[in-house]
Amino acid sequence: MATLSLENLRKQFAPKVVPVKDITLTVKDGEFLTLLGPSGCGKSTLLRLIAGLETPTKGTVKVGEKNLNKVPPGDRDMAMVFQSYALYPHMTVAENIGASLKLRKTPTDEIKHRVGEVAHRLGIEHLLDRKPGQLSGGQRQRVALARALVRNPDVFLLDEPLSNLDALLREQVRADLKQLFRSQNKPVVYVTHDQTEAMTLSSKVAVLKDGVVQQLDSPDRIYTHPSNQFVAGFVGSPQMNLITLRCENNHAIMGDFKLKLPNLTRNPSKVVMGIRPEDLAVASSEDAQTIQGKVFLSEQLGREELISLNVHGSEDIVLRSLVPSDHDWEGDAITLMIPPHKTHWFDIETGERLNREDYSPPVDSVPATAQNRAE
Amino acid sequence: MTIAQQQTTENKSQIDWSRIGIWVGVVLILLFCLAPVLWQLLTSFKTNEAISAIPNIYFPTPNQLTTSHYTNLGWTFWRYVFNSGFVSIVSTMICLAIGAPAAYTLARLKIPGQSIILACVLIVSLFPYVLLFLGLLEIVKALNLGNNYIALIVPYTAINLPLTILVLRSFFQQLPKDLEDSAKVDGYNTVQMLLQIVLPMTIPALVTTGILTLIFAWNEFIFALTFITEENMLTIPVAVARIGGASAFEIPYGPIAAATVIGTFPLVVLVLFFQRRIVQGITAGAVKG
Repeated sequence: MATLSLENLRKQFAPKVVPVKDITLTVKDGEFLTLLGPSGCGKSTLLRLIAGLETPTKGTVKVGEKNLNKVPPGDRDMAMVFQSYALYPHMTVAENIGASLKLRKTPTDEIKHRVGEVAHRLGIEHLLDRKPGQLSGGQRQRVALARALVRNPDVFLLDEPLSNLDALLREQVRADLKQLFRSQNKPVVYVTHDQTEAMTLSSKVAVLKDGVVQQLDSPDRIYTHPSNQFVAGFVGSPQMNLITLRCENNHAIMGDFKLKLPNLTRNPSKVVMGIRPEDLAVASSEDAQTIQGKVFLSEQLGREELISLNVHGSEDIVLRSLVPSDHDWEGDAITLMIPPHKTHWFDIETGERLNREDYSPPVDSVPATAQNRAE
Repeated sequence: MTIAQQQTTENKSQIDWSRIGIWVGVVLILLFCLAPVLWQLLTSFKTNEAISAIPNIYFPTPNQLTTSHYTNLGWTFWRYVFNSGFVSIVSTMICLAIGAPAAYTLARLKIPGQSIILACVLIVSLFPYVLLFLGLLEIVKALNLGNNYIALIVPYTAINLPLTILVLRSFFQQLPKDLEDSAKVDGYNTVQMLLQIVLPMTIPALVTTGILTLIFAWNEFIFALTFITEENMLTIPVAVARIGGASAFEIPYGPIAAATVIGTFPLVVLVLFFQRRIVQGITAGAVKG
């Protein structure tokens, strides 16, 4: 029914402060879009623009065909969950949840019914008479969610709703959130700097940097086909190995070893190679492309071991790899296989992805690479 | 068993000393601070003979006590209490009604020249107010406001406004902005948001600044002495100062003490009553805490 669309949205506070530069995207019913990025990338400002708490300098926010630029936040039919929950301290939980309905002159019986229903769904019925000050962090978070759900709005906006919970609770609430919003079948925009949340919850992820969408894709595409060096480095933990290598005769030189370059969109003299630590495996005899190095540090992660090694022939190249933790590698020499189809190549200057692919991006996603290429 | 007993006796002697020390300190400081008040209270209940007796009587016998100082004050004194109360309450209300919106505006909206406005407010509060009163007297005369409550209410409000604005502004700055955003998203318009969300959370700050303003207005002497001459318009501080004896050589300690006690009593009650309100952090639980 409702589709949230942003067209060429820009927000400028001062000549040099432009948190949101030029963002165009759409979120359909049932889609869960996560805005992911480091702090200061403009993701919260973007959410506030959608909510109407800030007015855009340029561009439009639309729900369906309706331009919302001039519509005040309260009339946009969007519900927002704040990072700090922002519960009204002088009202009981029930009054907090029902406040927006009361303002819209909903009959008292219906308010009571709807508050009861949503409280039941979130398991906070026994808290309805309390004040927010008497609740724990997790309970407050659920009240904040209930306050958004009870309105049955066109669009849900969530601003880092899990960042104030402890790690264990966060995992649990994350799963609850996913189920909850799947059943709502409404556009959801979720802001986070936590890539795990972005990966697990969303149907689409927009990675932001400096007010520009770097890549808009499904979580698995973001992970397996990062569109530029920034996305590659930002998503994934432990971080992807990003190594600048010299190129010679269609090969990249890594210390004593030569790695065959695939058919790239361009053949530069230097290139950035990216490979995830978990894609570097201990080589078996028949693997074609291998490198050798000396392990100088190993970090036990429980399930696996994260080892750091110097590649033979080049002291300043450090690779990190996840290997089974059945063996203590520290100080040993190791042979690792580099699988060509899991290797990413990036331009050294623009950072754009150089791998050629038989893949056309979705219509509504305009990754930065496409723009860069046009330039 | 024996070891355990030894330990408890040892612990006892240690704890006792430090606790005794603390309580001795507390009692001494309390005595030091409250002695003038207690002496005044005692004087107000002693007969004239007991007041002038030498050596001083600290623990009067029942026949040295009397309530006549209070009963002799008469009904006119209640008129003074009313005058003081009316002037201070009205000026406090006006002060909060003007100061709170001004403070909110200065705290939340980005007004050009904001720091200049704040500096001006601060300078006004630094100005010694005794220097103002000659000028004010001229104004009062010119406007023919002498012996009128307005002559006191307006200057009291003006003098207290800088403090009110500065205190409330820093309070508003502490209030989480998210709450106001949340109210906007929920559909409150600006006036509803201010009255239903911001105001209830501001009550502790309003009470605190209100009490400070009220105390100032209640105790103020010079303006009240200068602008008011008519007998039944006097405020308590001036009225107390005017209590005189039958002759120039007699100082009526008893009635003065009784008048002072009555004049102080409303303030003490007020502060004790609102103390909980002031201390109570009503914003607790609004955001993660």
